[in-house]
Amino acid sequence: MAKKRGTGMAAVNYPTGMNLGGDPSQALIHATTTGNFVISLSSTDLGQGLKTVIAQIGAETLGVPFDTVLVDTADTDTGPHCMGTFASRATHRVGNAVMQAAEEAKKVMMEVAADELEASADDLETDGQGMIRVKGSPDRAVSVIDVALAAHFKYARTISGRGMFMKPKSPVDPDTGKMDPDSTEAHACTVAEVEVDTETGVVTVLSLRSAYEVGRQVNPGLVKGQIVGGAFMGMAHALYETTAPYYPATDYAPTGFSDYVLPGPAELPVIESVVLEYPSANGPYGVKGVGEMTANSPIPAIVNAIYNAVGVRINDLPVTPEKVLRALEAKG
Amino acid sequence: MASRIVEFTLNGRLTEVMVKPLTTVQTVLREQLGYTATKSGCKQGGCGSCTVLVDGQPMMSCLLPAEDIAGQDVVTLEGLTPRDGLHPLQQAFVDNYAAQCGYCTSGMILVGKALLDSNPEPLRDDIIDALAGNYCRCTAYEPIIEAIQDAAGRMAASNGKEAHR
Repeated sequence: MAKKRGTGMAAVNYPTGMNLGGDPSQALIHATTTGNFVISLSSTDLGQGLKTVIAQIGAETLGVPFDTVLVDTADTDTGPHCMGTFASRATHRVGNAVMQAAEEAKKVMMEVAADELEASADDLETDGQGMIRVKGSPDRAVSVIDVALAAHFKYARTISGRGMFMKPKSPVDPDTGKMDPDSTEAHACTVAEVEVDTETGVVTVLSLRSAYEVGRQVNPGLVKGQIVGGAFMGMAHALYETTAPYYPATDYAPTGFSDYVLPGPAELPVIESVVLEYPSANGPYGVKGVGEMTANSPIPAIVNAIYNAVGVRINDLPVTPEKVLRALEAKG
Repeated sequence: MASRIVEFTLNGRLTEVMVKPLTTVQTVLREQLGYTATKSGCKQGGCGSCTVLVDGQPMMSCLLPAEDIAGQDVVTLEGLTPRDGLHPLQQAFVDNYAAQCGYCTSGMILVGKALLDSNPEPLRDDIIDALAGNYCRCTAYEPIIEAIQDAAGRMAASNGKEAHR
């Protein structure tokens, strides 16, 4: 009886979005009288930070300060259509729609600014700090606030834009199965280190170290949050979580949240990651999706590490101590 | 059984509520008084999202009958939040990306507050022990642990400044 250590590796290629029905998202943007911009969406921020990255993308495209962009995720009764926040699609799909809407709104903003400055709209530029200036003549400038006021009260114009993203539905070739299922793919690889107690069957994950290629990072802090949180979710799926521990039998199924087994902070392994950025051709500013894939590669990496440690291959998740002991016994 | 009046201190204010027997503190806070920073997660004492401080100790308000807090001092996240700005723990949670969906955050911050009150320089393992009753599904705890460590440093620095004055 001993504690044995092992190392395992797994890699994942992960599609951004799905394309069986076109997978569209739409966005609307309008300026308020005070020069703030409101981005209306039906997409939901699950906590991953969608509102933050959408405001970043909107602000960058409009050329206005980040804190003047408000994101209203409203609801699906009143907002522009969105398929939803899933399939690692929201930053890519909604971001593209927001960029398009922001470009249209910016065009109106620059036309109004041109009237105010008695210049050609083509000669104007935003400074990202709330001012619109004549190129080469920095003294000739007007604030976004004044432009918004002028649009509302002087020119009767709405500084607004519409955006939508849809990749046309990709049919499946009935002979070969060939299709084009996604817009872009992110990639990752995880190396897991585990310790297996051959007396108790308990598996302890010591570390999860990953490399991620996720296109351009709009917000590296939020990307890291997805990676670290996802690694832990993967570990939880690999070793702890199930609603039917003896499926298809329902014996010993948890009856509530209190006896549903989850790892806690005491089970936290070392989680490290590096991020590589190869911008995608069709994401806003080159993004790819990063959400779901973060929970994927840790699972086979942990299972492979268990095999490396004690020579048993367990394909039935979660890998509970009981399954480890039975496998060790069968191996002899 | 008849309802009765329970008197306690809530975030520094003397408070009276009329409760039926076995009404929980969670229900009193959220539904009677509108203090919704205290979350309602599992309602089984299993997740910690409903944590409040009772006489400085973190307790799960979903399992706590309101009659039991008579005469005691209850602090919720609303009570921790200053009139202007944020408590150092709250600011540290923001700066360390320690909240994603946010459902556990209120409980995590109050657990951190109780820990730092009794142990202003906690080791990593002290923080992990303190968080044992509180689940987080999004962050893997690491940013929460870092936020509490960060807040300990900020609070020590500002206490040092006050002492210096």
